[in-house]
Amino acid sequence: MTDLDAFTPWQYEPVPEGPPVRKKRELPDGLWMLCGSCQAMLYRKTVTGNLEVCPECQAHFRVGARARIGQLTDSESFEELFADIAPGDPLSFTWLGQTYAERLRKEQAKSGAIEAVITGVAYIRARRAALAVMDGDFLMGSMASAVGEKITLLIEHATANKLPLVIVCMSGGARMHEGALSLMQMGKTSAALARYDEAGGFYIALLADPTTGGTTASFAMLGDVIIAEPGALIGFAGQRVIANTIKTELPEGFQRAEFLLAHGFIDRIVPRHELRSELARLIDYCAP
Amino acid sequence: MRVLLSYRFLAVEMRVPPAKSNGQTEYLLEFEKPLGRLNRQIGELEAEQKRSGRDFNSQIRNLRSEYLSLLRGTYANLTPWETVQVARHPRRPLGVDYLERMVKDFVELHGDRRFADDRAIRTGFGRISQQRFVVIAQHKGRETKEKIECNFGCAQPEGYRKALRAMQLAQKFHLPILTLIDTPGAYPGIGSEERGVAEAIAVNLREMSRLRTPIMCVVIGEGGSGGALGIGVGDRIAMLEYAYYSVISPEGCAAILWKTGAKAQEAAEAMRITSRYLKALDVIDDIISEPLGGAHRDVAEMAATLERYVGRTYRELSRLTPEALLEKRYARWRRMGRHLKLQDGLPVGKP
Repeated sequence: MTDLDAFTPWQYEPVPEGPPVRKKRELPDGLWMLCGSCQAMLYRKTVTGNLEVCPECQAHFRVGARARIGQLTDSESFEELFADIAPGDPLSFTWLGQTYAERLRKEQAKSGAIEAVITGVAYIRARRAALAVMDGDFLMGSMASAVGEKITLLIEHATANKLPLVIVCMSGGARMHEGALSLMQMGKTSAALARYDEAGGFYIALLADPTTGGTTASFAMLGDVIIAEPGALIGFAGQRVIANTIKTELPEGFQRAEFLLAHGFIDRIVPRHELRSELARLIDYCAP
Repeated sequence: MRVLLSYRFLAVEMRVPPAKSNGQTEYLLEFEKPLGRLNRQIGELEAEQKRSGRDFNSQIRNLRSEYLSLLRGTYANLTPWETVQVARHPRRPLGVDYLERMVKDFVELHGDRRFADDRAIRTGFGRISQQRFVVIAQHKGRETKEKIECNFGCAQPEGYRKALRAMQLAQKFHLPILTLIDTPGAYPGIGSEERGVAEAIAVNLREMSRLRTPIMCVVIGEGGSGGALGIGVGDRIAMLEYAYYSVISPEGCAAILWKTGAKAQEAAEAMRITSRYLKALDVIDDIISEPLGGAHRDVAEMAATLERYVGRTYRELSRLTPEALLEKRYARWRRMGRHLKLQDGLPVGKP
């Protein structure tokens, strides 16, 4: 009927399991890095030990999904779920001689991850919770079919098992390569959250830099409590799009966590080293 | 206002030739130019016949049938980019055109009771095929002044909040909801972000998924991303034949992936934004056929077709109990997307 009927999944090349790769803008030897905020020269290992926060100016660098899980959960307590959900190339999307299928393969080989989100259950200071962590390094943390599916499965798991839910958002928005299928994940995840809400579930949205587009306009903004990291970019439209539309410069600090707090759209800004105890404290107040 | 005048839709409008008094001038899109040639020939022959009294009737008849078959052929095989042109056609019927033609006794409800009345989204009570409805219609505006008032169809947070307020009234009084979607996208502006457009859309998605009354959504022109989906969650999602629905505008996608907005044609193709593709992907449930050559060629017929669709669909949905309705709605949205399942690291089956 249409060429969509010819859609066949491409063959996966098994991706070697390995430690998460950190892709910070490192100096060549990888031992030292430059803080993009205060320009201080920092020893890599010190930064990692400091949860990827600049010890000089407290700038919060981006954290990969695996590292984030390590920071937030009790050691060895994370149990991954729905790892078998993987992206396909439902539109046979091609651009400039590249195919989405190839791009995914490259991205998977580079990061060792299958998709832009990791889902599972873990203990956060001995409180059991369902946890999804988006990976901003994987195709900009964009949301597509498999991402939406994993998050929805996790929400349903949390509903069935009466678990509190934490979603760490870090995303450039809906992924173009899956077209409207990506867009529809906003509706799917929001519908699942409605059911979770009705079942009395407690959902904490944790917004990391950056949280934009369709991710913000769905599950990121639906937390019972919404927490953001200091300085995180959080918004709907991209800054360049806004600047081009209104033909003026954007105000200082526009779409940053502090801006959202001032306008009443997030509950709290919490520095990274306090996140784990903050989550535990909130769970004690509200968990089902 | 200077700000708004720079908007791309105005440029489109300015290219529209003024309609001639005899109503014969059509506004032709680039790919319709061969039709224009035929139309001119027909006009010339008619004029010649009138002037000289010679009989050109058979030639005129032939040209007319040639015109019709060319029109039919052209519209049977529109490319995705051509479809976008039709969806944005300067004379395409807009939200208010349907309100005027299809909805009797429309009582408009203004404002979100929070901040403002967003003219890009109209909400109110109305009767369609004798049935009482709450209708939500995005509207781009017809002439320049109205377009500016409507922000060219780009709603701000208050528009989405007003829509939700109206839809909650529908739930309270057991009225079904019809939403007409036509927007290039939610408005990308400072105020829009300050007032939480993302939150407004997100809340609508969640609440529309659980409103205990039938919801029908129809994309009548442009289904621009989150701005469209913000009033687009329901039991039945339909598109007019030449509407499009997309995660990002073709120009936006081209600018990011092709590094130039000029490749919008390729982006439109790649993203599968037409009704036929989206039906095949189960993103939409129904395609509502348009009059030959697009909705703008016969607005009355289009409105009548849409009215029949709404009446029929409502009758189907009204047979369900609220529980069954919500169960089906959840299952419908739950199915959205196509992913693979891995077994021992390899994908199995077809998503």
